[in-house]
Amino acid sequence: MRQVIIIGSGPAGYTAAIYAARANFKPLVIASSVEAGGELMNTTEVENFPGFPEGIMGPELMIKMQEQAAKFGAEILMDDVTSVDLTGDVKKVTVGSGETFEALSVIFATGSANRKLGLPSEDRLSGYGVSWCATCDGFFFRQKTIAVVGGGDSAMEEANFLTRFADKVYVIHRKDTLRASKIMQDRALNNPKIEFVWNAAVTEILGDAAVTGVTVTDTVTGEKRDIALEGLFIAIGNDPRTHLIHGQVDLAPEGTIAVHGRSSKTNLTGVFAAGDVVDPTYRQAVTAAASGTVAALDAEHFLQSLPADVLASAV
Amino acid sequence: MSAAPAVTDATFAADVLASDKPVLVDFWAEWCGPCRAVGPILDQILAEHGDKLSIVKLNVDENPQTAAAYQITSIPAMKVFQNGEVVKTVIGAKPKPALEADLAAFIG
Repeated sequence: MRQVIIIGSGPAGYTAAIYAARANFKPLVIASSVEAGGELMNTTEVENFPGFPEGIMGPELMIKMQEQAAKFGAEILMDDVTSVDLTGDVKKVTVGSGETFEALSVIFATGSANRKLGLPSEDRLSGYGVSWCATCDGFFFRQKTIAVVGGGDSAMEEANFLTRFADKVYVIHRKDTLRASKIMQDRALNNPKIEFVWNAAVTEILGDAAVTGVTVTDTVTGEKRDIALEGLFIAIGNDPRTHLIHGQVDLAPEGTIAVHGRSSKTNLTGVFAAGDVVDPTYRQAVTAAASGTVAALDAEHFLQSLPADVLASAV
Repeated sequence: MSAAPAVTDATFAADVLASDKPVLVDFWAEWCGPCRAVGPILDQILAEHGDKLSIVKLNVDENPQTAAAYQITSIPAMKVFQNGEVVKTVIGAKPKPALEADLAAFIG
């Protein structure tokens, strides 16, 4: 039996691990087999994480967080949680290898997953011109015409990054204003390789074996037109990853895990949640890290409130 | 990344297309985070099923001809070659059980 299991390894999960490990609770971090480090593993330069005035590469930041957690005694398992039973006093977490771990408390920091457009052609052409990872796939679109769908910071960052490779990058956005921060907007708006397509929804992705274009529908007039392009990078936001706990842990109306006030406490005793999975609004590396701290402190307080013999039953 | 043997534009025909055994080619690059994540999983599959399936890696950055010939536009991309033909394509990093299920015809 463990004292605390942390599910997830983004800024929330690893920061929770740093705090829990420093408090000597020997956390087990279940980090995922292929997504360890979370969303920042697929980004390039992070310019807004305090303490790095020159910026830091997303993967480097996450590897440093992992090292910092491990240094204080967190155990990090590169496997995927397949099911959980959180309802009893002993929490059970099963991973891909088939092993089940037990713990007195669980911190849920599973983050969020890329939102899809919801078109059948999107799944069919995924990997054949439709991409979710500009840093992985931008290289293959040298001197090509491509598009980014979305209007937030991620979309602007991807569009700017992709101009290193592509001759032309359309940014297709449903509205006529951007949600992205001013600095990211200005970079994109002033980039000569980027052309904005405003008030436009991608309603079809064209191509048999590979992407050849998209159909966009004007969100004001309803008019449709086709744009020829060879790559489509989708950055329309994220949805909290809660499928593991459906039916066990209460969700908020936004689809995130519901927590009490400013705490990380869910409706289940001993179950805490942190990071993007509880945050429909801010979703920054720094806010996720802060949220991980809150969860570790809440878990610590909970563990210390348990009878001494119960706490001693866990390592 | 995977510790599997590397193939190149120059050796691809001999090492992959002419192989008697099915060969999985892991198209990867240094700058691809998910490629680094899937590498150790491929190493495990190679260790467990190397008698049935060869696994090699091809750096797309250094071997653009082969990457272009097989129209790679998203990595990690894993293609299984049998008798010189692509018989299976898996795109994106997946956990080991999911990858094993995709490759069941070759490692089952």
